[in-house]
Amino acid sequence: MKWLINHWEDVLIALGEHVAIALTALVIASVVSLALGIWAAKNERVYRVSLAVSGFLYTIPTLAFLALLIPVVGLGKTNAIICMVAFSLMILIRNVATGIREVPEEVTDAARGMGMHPAEVLLRVELPLAMPVIVAGLRIAAVTVISVTVVGAYVNAGGLGTLIFSGMSNDFAPKIWTGAITACALAVVADLSLARLESRLKARAV
Amino acid sequence: MFIEAWEYLAGHQAQFLAALWRHVALSASALAIAAAIAVPLGVRLADKGGSALVAINAANIGRTLPSLAVLALVMPIMGTGFAPSLFALTLLALPPILINTHTAIRQVDPDIVDAARGMGMTALEIVRKVELPIALPVIFAGIRTAAVQVVSGAVLAAYIGGGGLGDFITAGIAMMALPQLLVGAIPATLLSLGTDALFASIQRALTPAGLRAR
Repeated sequence: MKWLINHWEDVLIALGEHVAIALTALVIASVVSLALGIWAAKNERVYRVSLAVSGFLYTIPTLAFLALLIPVVGLGKTNAIICMVAFSLMILIRNVATGIREVPEEVTDAARGMGMHPAEVLLRVELPLAMPVIVAGLRIAAVTVISVTVVGAYVNAGGLGTLIFSGMSNDFAPKIWTGAITACALAVVADLSLARLESRLKARAV
Repeated sequence: MFIEAWEYLAGHQAQFLAALWRHVALSASALAIAAAIAVPLGVRLADKGGSALVAINAANIGRTLPSLAVLALVMPIMGTGFAPSLFALTLLALPPILINTHTAIRQVDPDIVDAARGMGMTALEIVRKVELPIALPVIFAGIRTAAVQVVSGAVLAAYIGGGGLGDFITAGIAMMALPQLLVGAIPATLLSLGTDALFASIQRALTPAGLRAR
């Protein structure tokens, strides 16, 4: 506790770094997945191939993935971010594609009948209706990315894992506690707030 | 680089096999203990209201916790080694199995349970002969998720002295010795993929013929 009072600034910096890395990865993964997910929703083969590839990536153990990237990109933030993007793809692509596919055909037919372009149908009908499912995917991806960032500290990406690792190597429990509990709290907060967003979107859709 | 990794492996065969064995033993024990706790608990909680809600919410929170944070939290309390790693990995494996078992049993059609009761089955028989077989594929999906998570988590157990393939990775990163790093990372990846494939095929085999058509 004494350590925390004297070092709360370090903890805040680590937390800020953690959030920044996780957000960067999440934004990149969302852009890629939105494009691939929309394509996959319209094309069965793209759907199957993209889910098989991203499912394969998802199964690789975090630390092994980070380690395998070292010969390619070395240590640092880039390494961790590539790993996190790869892990989020499966969840996000699956949810974007499923969300769009679940839009009833009558609805898209009606939109087309009103004279909408395919692009308009996608942007104004399909994506808004798919939003609750997409946000559900974003929620799982956010938790995954926060969890991977903790390990990412070992390849010098920074974040809350730094506190855990330095506490472990110095055998200093307060640092371990602070890093680990803050990381858990961050994951729970991200999960709960996206869950709330998800249920609000669902309520609006009905 | 791969040739060097192969040479490193050839030179450290005994050490590698010991680490691989420890990795498998650690993962398999954690999974077995977690399943032995979470499946009966999930079945029992399925027909309860309040206490089930508490347990499932706790499991949902448990599911979001970062693996490394859980391992790290165990260390100041239990120290380092096999037992603390086993404890932490078991904790990580519990939520997916509990949640899936609970959901699976609740999704069993009440009409089927009624019919079984009408045939004179006891409560225990209904669980054993009706609810569990129908729920088994979903329960096993939870065990599969947990298995992959535990194999991945066991790599991180190297940090708290759990041993396993993670030892090669952490040592490889610390000394920037790429061959050593690959000797840990590649087998760990293959082990995880193999576990997923193995459990997927068991899951398929366990699905009752009548439910498979869907």
